[in-house]
Amino acid sequence: MKVSLFITCLVDMFYADVGKDMVEVLERQGCELSFPKGQVCCGQPAYNSGYVESSKAAMKNMIKTFEHAEYIVTPSGSCARMFKLYPEVFNDDLQWRDKAQKLADKTYEFTQFLVDVLEVENVGAKLTGKATYHPSCHMTRLLGAKEQPKKLLAQVEGLEMIPLPNGHNCCGFGGTFSVKMGDISEQMVDEKVNSAMETEVDYLIGADCGCLMNIGGRAERTGKSIRVMHIAQVLNSRE
Amino acid sequence: MSMKFSTKNFNERTKDNISDDFMRKAVASAQERLHSRQLDAAEELGSWEEWRSHGEEIRQHVLENLDYYLYQLSENVAERGGHVFFAKTAQEASAYVRDVIVKKEGKKVVKSKSMVTEEINLNAVLEEAGCEVIETDLGEYILQVDDHDPPSHIVAPALHKNREQIRAVFTEKLDYKNTSKPEELALHAREKLRQEFLAADIGITGCNFAIAETGSISLVTNEGNARLVSALPKTQITVMGMERIVPSFEEFEVLVSLLTRSAVGQKLTSYVTALTGPRDAGDADGPEEFHLVIVDNGRSEILGTEFQSVLQCIRCAACVNVCPVYRHIGGHSYGSIYSGPIGAVLSPLLGGYDDFKELPFASTLCGACTDACPVKIPLHELLHQHRRVIVEEEGRSPISEKLAMKAFGIGASSNPLYSMGAKVASTAMKPLTKNNRISKGPGPLKDWTDLREFPAVGNTRFRDWFYDQKGGK
Repeated sequence: MKVSLFITCLVDMFYADVGKDMVEVLERQGCELSFPKGQVCCGQPAYNSGYVESSKAAMKNMIKTFEHAEYIVTPSGSCARMFKLYPEVFNDDLQWRDKAQKLADKTYEFTQFLVDVLEVENVGAKLTGKATYHPSCHMTRLLGAKEQPKKLLAQVEGLEMIPLPNGHNCCGFGGTFSVKMGDISEQMVDEKVNSAMETEVDYLIGADCGCLMNIGGRAERTGKSIRVMHIAQVLNSRE
Repeated sequence: MSMKFSTKNFNERTKDNISDDFMRKAVASAQERLHSRQLDAAEELGSWEEWRSHGEEIRQHVLENLDYYLYQLSENVAERGGHVFFAKTAQEASAYVRDVIVKKEGKKVVKSKSMVTEEINLNAVLEEAGCEVIETDLGEYILQVDDHDPPSHIVAPALHKNREQIRAVFTEKLDYKNTSKPEELALHAREKLRQEFLAADIGITGCNFAIAETGSISLVTNEGNARLVSALPKTQITVMGMERIVPSFEEFEVLVSLLTRSAVGQKLTSYVTALTGPRDAGDADGPEEFHLVIVDNGRSEILGTEFQSVLQCIRCAACVNVCPVYRHIGGHSYGSIYSGPIGAVLSPLLGGYDDFKELPFASTLCGACTDACPVKIPLHELLHQHRRVIVEEEGRSPISEKLAMKAFGIGASSNPLYSMGAKVASTAMKPLTKNNRISKGPGPLKDWTDLREFPAVGNTRFRDWFYDQKGGK
C-alpha cells in the first residue's frame, strides 16, 4: 500500500523521533512510504486565528503537493482534521473545492489508518508500565477518531491503561490560544497535568504533538515526573 | 442589569476570577454534576443524536419562517385577549413594560427568571420609575439581595456562590438568623417571597417557548415561582426574545425534552406551564391583563448571516457546563450576562465587538460545546467565524500579528521559503537551548516559555532524515 506522509511542522522540526517511529510501524505493516517534498504547514495556525484568506496559500500548496498521493497519513488528529476542512474553506471556489475534497477523502490520522484501513490493532508493541491516554479535542470531536487509539493501546504488551479523570477536557493548547490567553491556558494545562499525576502512571500518551508539547512542557516546568509519549512512539516500542 | 455589566477589560476580569479558588471549585463540581446528568438523561431517553437532529430541524424551520410564526403568534395572542408589542430595541422593550406598569399604577413587581429582561436592563428602568422589583427565582433573588451581583450562568445564575456566602448575604440583608443549611436558607427566602407574591400587582415572566398555533407562552421551572408570578398579580407581562417560538405543542414537546435533559438532567422539570392569554370568565386564577413583549434587540440582524444558527439556542447552558475555559474563569469573566460558549458567540452579536471582541478568542476551539448542544449549534465554528470577521473584515488585530500572518501566508506557500524560515528560526533558537529545551524564549516565544518548557529544535529535521534514509521524492 502506497502511503504519503504528511509529517506536520511540529514533528518535522521538533519531534523527528515521532516521525521515525511512525515510519517504522507503517513499514512493518508493509506500507511503501514516500515524503512529498513540497509539504509545509497545513495553514491551521493562521486559519484558527481568523486569517482565512492568509491561510489559503498554504492550503493550496498542500493540495498540490499531495495531489497524486494514494493515502495520506499524518501523526496528528488536529492536522488531519485541517485537511478534512479544506473543502469547506474553498466552498466558493469550485476548482479548488473539488481538489480539496479529493485530498480530504484520502487523509487519515495515523491510528485511524492502522485500525480502519489496515485493519490492524496489534502491531506487536511492548512497553512495560502504567499509562493514561489524553484524547485530543480535534482528533476525538472534530475528526471523530475516538476508539482507534484505545484499541491499539489495549494490545500493547505490558502496558496497563488507567483512565484519565476529566480526560475529555481540553489541555489548554489551542494553538495561538496557548500564548494569547496564557493565564487561562495555564489553569487548563495545570489541571490536565494534575489529573495525569493523580493516576500515578509512568506515561501520558497522546496522538497530537501540540497537546503533548503543552502538557509535557508544563509538567517539566512544574517538576512533575511524568513521561509524555506520542502514540507512534508507544506502538514502536519493543522493550 | 444590562447585557454588559463590567467596566474592567477581559484580562483584568479573568485575572480576578482565576484567583477566586472557591468560585473555581464550585464551577468545576457543578460542571461535572450537570454534564454527567445530561449524559445520563440522554442515554435514558435513547436515540439522542436523532433527538438532537430533530430539535435542530425544528429550530431551523422556525428561523427560516420566523416572520410567519411571529405573525401567527401575535394574531393568536390578540385573539385570546392579550396585547402584543414588538420592541425593536432594548430601550423600546423596557419603556413599554414601564408604561404599562405606570398606567396600571403598579408599585410592586414580582419576576420569574428571565435572561432577556436582564438583557434589556428592565429592573433598573422600573426601579427608576419608582417600582419595587423582586426577583423570585431563588438564584436570582440571592443575587438581587446581594447588591445586584451579576448572574454567572444562564440557568444557575448564583452558581459561583456557596451556602456560607449566601448565609452571610441573608444575615446582612434579610435579618436571617439560622444556619447555612440549604433547606433553612430556602425556607427563609420562601417566607419572604410569599409575602411579595401576595402583595404584588404586576407579574413579569420570561418565556421558554411561545407556541404560535395557540398563542401560548410556556415556562419551565423547578421552583414553582413562575406559577405564582403568573397566577396572582392582576397584570402579567411576558418578555421573550423574538426567536423563541415553536409552531405547535408537538414541537414544544420535543424541545422541552431536550431542554430539561440538557439543562438539569431531568426528564421534565417540576413545573412545565403553558399559559394562553389573560384569565377567562370562570377561570379560578390568572391575570386580568396580559402583555407579550417580543424583543428584537439585534436578533433580526443576525438572521440571514453566517451566525443565524446561534438563534437556535434554547438557553439550556449545556455548552457552558462542558466548557473547559468557563471551568477556570467562571461566568463573570465574560463581562456579559450571557457567559460560556453561547455567550462568547451571542454577546458580540448583540452587544458589539467594542465590548466583547476578546470573547471569541477565549476558546481553544475544542468543540466540546458543539458536541453538547441539544439543537446542534456549531458553536466552535461560530467562534471561529467571529475571529475571521474581527481580524479580516474589521481589521481589529494588532499590526504585529497582521504582519506575522502575512509573512506566514507567504512563507507557508512553498517549501523553499518555508525551509528557509525554519532554518533561520532554528539557528536563532540554538543559543537559547540548554539541556535540550528552551526555558527563556524571546519575543513571541516568551509567552510560551513563561509557563512551559519549549522543545529544542532537533539536530536533524524529519524530512532530512527521511531523504537520507529512504531517498527523496
